[in-house]
Amino acid sequence: MCLFIDPDLCTACEACVESCPFGAITLVDDLAQADETCNLCGACEDVCPVQAITIEKKTGAPAADGYEGVWIFAEHRQGKLAQVAFELLGEGRRLADQLGVALGAVLFGHDVKEEADQLFAYGADTVYLADDPALAGFTDDMYGVLLAKMINEHQPEIVLCGATSIGRSFIPKVATILGTGLTADCTGLGIRSSDRLLLQTRPAFGGNIMATIVCPAGRPQMATVRTRVFRRGPYQEGRKGELVEIDVARKNIVSRTRLLEVVTDLSEKVNLAEADVLVAGGRGLGEEKNFDLLRELADLLNAGVGASRGAVDAGWISYAHQVGQTGKTVSPKLYIACGISGAVQHQVGMQSSDVIVAINKDPNAPIFDVANYGLVGDLFDIVPLMIKRIKTARS
Amino acid sequence: MDILVCIKQVPDTKDIKLDPETNTLKREGVESIVNPFDMYAVETALMLKDEWGGTVRAVTMGPPQAEQALREVVSYGVDEVALFSDRAFAGADTWATAYTLAKGIRKLGDFDLIICGKQAVDGDTAQVGPGLAQQLDLPFITFVRRIVKIELDSRTMVVERLMDDGYDVVETSLPALLTVVKEINELRVPSLKGKMKAKKIDIPIYSAADLEVDPDSVGLTGSYTQVIEVFAPKPRGNRIILEGETEEQVEKLLNGLTKDKVLSVKID
Repeated sequence: MCLFIDPDLCTACEACVESCPFGAITLVDDLAQADETCNLCGACEDVCPVQAITIEKKTGAPAADGYEGVWIFAEHRQGKLAQVAFELLGEGRRLADQLGVALGAVLFGHDVKEEADQLFAYGADTVYLADDPALAGFTDDMYGVLLAKMINEHQPEIVLCGATSIGRSFIPKVATILGTGLTADCTGLGIRSSDRLLLQTRPAFGGNIMATIVCPAGRPQMATVRTRVFRRGPYQEGRKGELVEIDVARKNIVSRTRLLEVVTDLSEKVNLAEADVLVAGGRGLGEEKNFDLLRELADLLNAGVGASRGAVDAGWISYAHQVGQTGKTVSPKLYIACGISGAVQHQVGMQSSDVIVAINKDPNAPIFDVANYGLVGDLFDIVPLMIKRIKTARS
Repeated sequence: MDILVCIKQVPDTKDIKLDPETNTLKREGVESIVNPFDMYAVETALMLKDEWGGTVRAVTMGPPQAEQALREVVSYGVDEVALFSDRAFAGADTWATAYTLAKGIRKLGDFDLIICGKQAVDGDTAQVGPGLAQQLDLPFITFVRRIVKIELDSRTMVVERLMDDGYDVVETSLPALLTVVKEINELRVPSLKGKMKAKKIDIPIYSAADLEVDPDSVGLTGSYTQVIEVFAPKPRGNRIILEGETEEQVEKLLNGLTKDKVLSVKID
């Protein structure tokens, strides 16, 4: 039991009852009491006017001693740096400058040395390069153990990585090896000036609430960061830094998994996380071949193609395109939902998009609740007209 | 094959809303469900049992009422279940959760395969699976969308894992831990026999003392991360329906998108 309510101090004012995000506090015999659903978030502790509530948190000496610098993991796959690597350099630079420390970029791969110049140009002071055939493809054991060893050796205070399939897979392993905290899918980062702690903000409960999280006692402070949330910094031609080459073979890492084959989906842009614009289709498309209409619009807008669960379950498009609770979470600049009714399970996957366009026959479709532009009508009239107008405007 | 599935009881996300005035979660009418991704983990385990024989067990860490989630998976055909429940486990972050699960799983014995859902829909972190694998010193493969083959003689298996740009084919030694995505299978329906068993099954509950955990490593005390603030996301400027005939609507839309700078089309 870590939440204490002092019966001598409690005045039954109910301030805590109202403050509890989980509705876990009730008054019993004129005393506040927390039930099983209490998640020890501390909201009540802050509002209690008589300081009757205390929560025991992990204390111990601040682990900051000796840890210095900001690191970003520059993901490299299939011959190129991931977009999020540049975004992390931009945000990492800002944080490092605020803390007055250096920005390091970690680069894993095979024959990737020349990419280091790009990392310097976008803001890295140091590039930690691990160039080895064993790192040509991604495996959790190789990437995870190697990064953990490097962090132990160089002791950065903050480590950021993209919340990509790769980052979300191996970074939890790294944090567990190191015995430190990790916050997933951050959409906001900051530094608390009083104690230099990294403030990590992320959506939870399908984006219905936001939470700000700190890691006071573990080092480094680690977070994965969503693609397309932060801006890449300016490109500075000829900017130089220090290149630290890691001797991977000498680390003696044995991988228990083996990458046999990488299959890229060449048919269409499937990397929904990196797309600025997404055109998504639902059951309203009626049949598989009608996705071609959306693909035509998507090609015009250099957009990715998304889908609702209904369209995926009908077998019209592969699961990799599914947006929503049981698919992917996306936040493009522009999301165009065509023939998607917009059940809440779909909304939680796309409601953080900058601008949402909804096209649907049913004026009562819930998708209109989150739309910035709602078009009530037949998508087979509207989409072709959009295509025509865009083509005309560009010619 | 002896398979263990980790499940989590979660609030049905679609019902959750934050009251913008009071910043509190509105809880009326919020049902508890088994995390949807975990159901695909259960199905994967059951399919492997159908093919290879063996047992399927399921565990969860949670408050006493989480036993309902365990009963539900029994109705689908899970053989045995266990609940790790103690007031001391409350407020655990992903590190403390993975630690506690690892202690509990070690108590239960050895498994050929541990399967988790890719993430829980309340926290959406996807961190407990890989963290648990590391705590148990097992290899793991995340976001698995297909099991290609299993070779029990050489103790290996090959799977396809979903990536951002396609998929990877990966081989792992066994025992291993997988996290699965929805694409991997379709759920069966609970059998009558399963439902009967679910009603009657005796669910063992393991406390902090039973699991012999380090008290400083569980629950909020054992959590490296701390939530310091919870707030409502920026409300959307929403429900704007464009008026007019189709041509007029499209005109207004493209003009609006150009003005919003999300589309680079010049429309007169």
